[in-house]
Amino acid sequence: MTLKLAIRRLLFLVLVIWAASTIVFFIPRLSNRNALRERFGELARTGGFSPQDLEKIIASMQQQFGLDQPLLHQYWTYLGNIVRMDFGYSLYRYPSTVSELIAQSLPWTIGLLLVTTILSFIIGNLLGAVAAWPRAPRWLRLTATPFILLTGVPPVIMAILLIFFIGFRLKWLPLGGAYSVGIVPTWSWSFALDMLKHQILPALALIFGSVGGWVLSMRGMGITIQGEDYVNFAEHKGLTGGRIFRDYYLRNALLPQITGLALALGTVIGSAIIVEGLFGLPGIGNMLNLAIRANDFPTIYGIVLFITIAVALLMTLVEFIYPLLDPRIKNS
Amino acid sequence: MNYSNLSVAPTARAAMPPLAAKVEPVLRVSGLEVTYYTDAGRAKALDNVTFTLNPGEKLGMVGESGSGKSTMALAMMRMIKAPGRIEGGSVVVGDTDLMSLDAEGMRKARLSKIAYIPQGAMNSLNPVMRIGAQMMDAVKSHLPRESRAAIEARCKRALQSVDLDPGVFRMHPHELSGGMKQRVCIAIGILLDPQVIIADEPTSALDVVTQRQVMETIDNVKNAINAAVILIGHDMGLMAQFVDKVAVMYAGRLVEFSTVREMFTDPRHPYARALIDSLPNLDNKGVFQGIPGLAPSLLRLPSGCAFHPRCASIMDSCRSVRPEPRVLAGGRSVTCHLYDGEG
Ligand SMILES: Nc1ncnc2c1ncn2[C@@H]1O[C@H](COP(=O)(O)OP(=O)(O)OP(=O)(O)O)[C@@H](O)[C@H]1O
Ligand code: SF4
Ligand SMILES: [Mg+2]
Repeated sequence: MTLKLAIRRLLFLVLVIWAASTIVFFIPRLSNRNALRERFGELARTGGFSPQDLEKIIASMQQQFGLDQPLLHQYWTYLGNIVRMDFGYSLYRYPSTVSELIAQSLPWTIGLLLVTTILSFIIGNLLGAVAAWPRAPRWLRLTATPFILLTGVPPVIMAILLIFFIGFRLKWLPLGGAYSVGIVPTWSWSFALDMLKHQILPALALIFGSVGGWVLSMRGMGITIQGEDYVNFAEHKGLTGGRIFRDYYLRNALLPQITGLALALGTVIGSAIIVEGLFGLPGIGNMLNLAIRANDFPTIYGIVLFITIAVALLMTLVEFIYPLLDPRIKNS
Repeated sequence: MNYSNLSVAPTARAAMPPLAAKVEPVLRVSGLEVTYYTDAGRAKALDNVTFTLNPGEKLGMVGESGSGKSTMALAMMRMIKAPGRIEGGSVVVGDTDLMSLDAEGMRKARLSKIAYIPQGAMNSLNPVMRIGAQMMDAVKSHLPRESRAAIEARCKRALQSVDLDPGVFRMHPHELSGGMKQRVCIAIGILLDPQVIIADEPTSALDVVTQRQVMETIDNVKNAINAAVILIGHDMGLMAQFVDKVAVMYAGRLVEFSTVREMFTDPRHPYARALIDSLPNLDNKGVFQGIPGLAPSLLRLPSGCAFHPRCASIMDSCRSVRPEPRVLAGGRSVTCHLYDGEG
């Protein structure tokens, strides 16, 4: 990849982030809801201060958050904050900052998403590749079928089914939560084990939800590649089946799948939000869910932008890696 | 018919052994049959094909598109894929009967005994692997004990013998021109000094100059390892200058098999005659005439001789009785009722 192309890519990345942040800024403002009023109104109802005090508190908070400024002015301040990656305080979880909230919830989401995305990519593509490989044993080729059928099941239903059968009826795994109630998080094996147990069902829900997609696209790709002249010539050369499968068939069939992986990163976040919500995991998806309900826009801004930037960065990374895998791209 | 003023006369070959000499054939194909079981019905793409080749001999295989040339080559490699099946016959290379080998034995025979240089060499190289890696893995899978250095030296020698720069070893296919890719495929074909080399339309995608160079390359490497070479192609003119023998295919059958001189001066099968007549010559001022009529569908072959609807010499028996291959004086073989009394 030439330097010029790299610079163009990076400029595009900045453009994407700017567009996303602008959309994200204005959407919560379209609603008339006021997170501060809701939050402090709640406090006022549960006792404490008088309505006059409430108005005063809200007014001073508005000022502190800069919400009394004209919208355009707020927008400029907001863009400045993004450049500094500083999203300020959460309205709903005040006095936590948005960055603190993200830092707390991020490890949960990254752990879950990274593991499940990589696992479904590997499993799905291998199954799909084998399903389209005429010389694979029949039983092995059929292993892919149940996963393909699962693609039709939406992640919510998948999660609920898993919770109901494996968690509730069979009681093999916990129903939800990040770790057992009453346990204090420590750096111990027993806690790690407890935590892992709680991650299995959400992980399965995510994997079952996405493996089938990989199987389908890889099988389609495999059918094309399997008939390519270079795969036939490899057989004419007297190569062993395993080598043809790996070096001539799989390597070529995987190339478009890697682009697919970059695209999938965006949608994976969506399923994570659903699954984290259903299983009550303290991840970033759940946090976003709560922030949207409370119209806590600094937190919404922070999380959505963080996700956008992360996905855009990963996609750009894939684009930079791709030429290393496909020598034809390098010069074009 | 006057065949003496053909613009493409076979070149004289002093080194060619006389036909009567006792040379053991290196390739014996007999009774080869292939059927494709398609949804529309059974297509007999190869029907009772028999011929032999001696070491160092070059056979040109011609015939219309769909006449079964590639099927012939793939059947010899035992690479016919579903819905096709080899239904009979034998292919013997040296003293190995390929049809009796198990899958692993056949894998080892490919490239080391009989090599196939594919039709469409443009796409026959793996786009994501370096040329060197694609040559080395071929050698390694046949000679697992040979050292890396020895394998590399062997590959570079092969590149040299097809007039390619050893630098090609480190390149990727997309960095090569069509002619270079074709040469790489030939280089791969000769890596293990096979006894038989089949090149399926090695020049059809190339310009005239490159065509000649590739043909000469094949000629040189053939001489170096004394292999029998089968060249598949449509271009009778190009064939005439490079081959010793010509096989004419029609609708899955070998209708004539003779020396190039016999073929060009005295073709016997009416289809072969039509082919030779259609070549541009001084009489018709270089205009390609083509052969009247259409190639038959394998699914609905005409009764008797499949060529009879287009044949200029048709007789009564041709419509109902299938001619069988007949060996005539001098060793040439013709599949036509005109020669029922001969041989
Ligand atoms: N996979 C297949 N399925 C069904 N029929 C096939 C298949 N491959 C070849 N055939 C049939 O077998 C016949 C011979 O095909 P083949 O490819 O051997 O012809 P060819 O002489 O090499 O033609 P060309 O000059 O176009 O390369 C054709 O009629 C074709 O329709
Ligand atoms: S058998 Fe009859 S129809 Fe067929 S080529 Fe010979 S003469 Fe013509
Ligand atoms: Mg062909």
